[in-house]
Amino acid sequence: MADVVVEQGRLVRSTRPRKAAGLRNVLGRKSTVALFLTLPLILLIALLVLYPAFYSLYLATLNKAMTKFVGLGNFTFLFKRETFWMVVKQSCIFAITAVVFKALIGFIVAHFVHNIPGKKQRKWRGMLLVPWVIPPAMSTLAWLWLFDPSYSAFNYTLSFFGVGPIPWLGDTFWARFSVILVNVWYGAPFFLIMYLAALKSVPDQLYEAAAIDGANWWQKMWYVTLPMMRNIIAITTLFSLIVTFANFDIVRILTSGGPLDRTQLFATWAFQVGIQSSDIPLGACVSLFMVPILAVAAVFILRDVNKRGNEA
Amino acid sequence: MADVSLRKVIKRYDDVEAVRGIDLDIADHEFIVLVGPSGCGKSTTLRMIAGLEDISDGDITIGGDVVNDVPPKDRDIAMVFQNYALYPHMTVAENMSFGLRLKHYPKAEIKARVTEAARLLDITDLIDRKPKQLSGGQRQRVAMGRAIVRNPKVFLFDEPLSNLDAKLRVQMRIEIKKVHQKVRTTTVYVTHDQVEAMTLADRVVVMNKGRIEQIGTPNELYHKPATRFVAGFIGSPAMNFIPCRLEDAGGTLQIRLTDRIAFALPPARAARYNGLPRTDRLLLGIRPEHLTEAHAHLGPGVETFDTVLDVTEPMGMETLVYFGLEDTPVCGRVDPNAGARDGAPMRLAMDLNNMHLLNEETGVVL
Repeated sequence: MADVVVEQGRLVRSTRPRKAAGLRNVLGRKSTVALFLTLPLILLIALLVLYPAFYSLYLATLNKAMTKFVGLGNFTFLFKRETFWMVVKQSCIFAITAVVFKALIGFIVAHFVHNIPGKKQRKWRGMLLVPWVIPPAMSTLAWLWLFDPSYSAFNYTLSFFGVGPIPWLGDTFWARFSVILVNVWYGAPFFLIMYLAALKSVPDQLYEAAAIDGANWWQKMWYVTLPMMRNIIAITTLFSLIVTFANFDIVRILTSGGPLDRTQLFATWAFQVGIQSSDIPLGACVSLFMVPILAVAAVFILRDVNKRGNEA
Repeated sequence: MADVSLRKVIKRYDDVEAVRGIDLDIADHEFIVLVGPSGCGKSTTLRMIAGLEDISDGDITIGGDVVNDVPPKDRDIAMVFQNYALYPHMTVAENMSFGLRLKHYPKAEIKARVTEAARLLDITDLIDRKPKQLSGGQRQRVAMGRAIVRNPKVFLFDEPLSNLDAKLRVQMRIEIKKVHQKVRTTTVYVTHDQVEAMTLADRVVVMNKGRIEQIGTPNELYHKPATRFVAGFIGSPAMNFIPCRLEDAGGTLQIRLTDRIAFALPPARAARYNGLPRTDRLLLGIRPEHLTEAHAHLGPGVETFDTVLDVTEPMGMETLVYFGLEDTPVCGRVDPNAGARDGAPMRLAMDLNNMHLLNEETGVVL
């Protein structure tokens, strides 16, 4: 009898701690802790990114009244519309031109700022970042006034030189020029700050070694600066390309896509088709076209970032 | 290949003079080492020879031509940097050939020169690797290779071994010496390590506070230092400096170290120091190897004294002993079998034939 009691007691005692220890082990595992710590972000992304993404995929397969499944019908309809191909062309022209100019201006200004000594550099850096930190919806309104054909500062100034008045937002060429200009003005500081950081990370001794090896200014730029900045240039360009391609606010405020849809981008056209013209499935379909185009760009640009990762 | 000379070269940064008027003549094929503590101006001097720093005053000539305003690329020099400064995106071969490619050398000649330099430095197998795939020692060889392929007038080395571990440093030191024996290019080498300076140099330039303290062969600096700074800087462990004064005792000249320790000077030394005022505050400079265990038979000029050791450091081939003479810490070198122990009394011998006498105020060796 006494043996049984002891046996039972030992059994009971040995089972409970094992269970508790098992749970504690699972909770104590690094991967479990990591999962719990990242869970809020994962849920947030699922809620705000994955759900809308899949929902828009679903929407794109419905008819205009959203009552019937039409499969790829919306897509085939889009392919037949001239405006769609114009939007594709315009989005590409807008994104590529704006990113090229943002990158060029950012690169050149970063070099100037890099060569400003000490405290002055901080002031210039701060001032040059201003366009990027003002909400674009607000700053674009100021640009809208500047572009006004009849009483704007631009046309007034140009009138002294006998030029103009220029229909900044009324003519296809000038409207495209204007939206790109404002986008470059807004986005160049981002390139500036990224390139400045990259420039600062190039060791001075590489330039000294190149100087002794006989390199002139251009050769130092070509053989030292650019290769050392390559990864940053690639990542910044890709990031900016995505953001610029999906731009909405600047075009919406300046031209609303006009004149005659000649400044329409994917995002603004999707808004017009989907929300303003109440064809949500077609709007979803338009916006989905950005995915494959940007994916191709990402693959091309990031192709050898991993390969060249830790070269330095 | 060329000679290099510096005439009253000065470097000022705002109000601070980093280099205060240097005169130096470096002969063709010579291996010169600039040595000194950090902040003494040795690297600045090297960078002025390279053209990476402007000179504030004076003249620098390479091969007889004044190069004060000549940019680095036109000085026909090659430099090896402390952290190698290899281009991370180029292979070893591309790094080595970069200078030649910029000067549009024929491809065949570039290849021949790179192959030859790689063979000389034993890096032939590494030629297609990127710098990140190399160890510190290999990177240093590539940096030297980059200098060698250019076949410049002058090699400049800026503390090239500082980033290597102790064993590799010794190995690379020998490599550098071998390379110089083969290519015989005029070399200016900067280091803060006096062992490197002593082992590599034809002549050593000891610098301190922007000035040259002494120029001489390693042996001259070791045995005939001109100042307290040089005497203390060259040699490891450093020379001991013991406050002392000269006394006349019964027709002989003696130095008194403490109340109970005074030694008669050997005749040669006595004759040399006899004219000095007896009131001067002096320092006896004696290297640790001239403070050894006392033997039964002492040579002329070797005097003994008793002391109690504070600390002993067995080094294997010798034992370093530390003791105090009044308030002055002193280091000696004794045979490992001489029975030196921490806290034990010991009879030591001082070889006054190798002593130095210094003026305490001016630091000049008398």
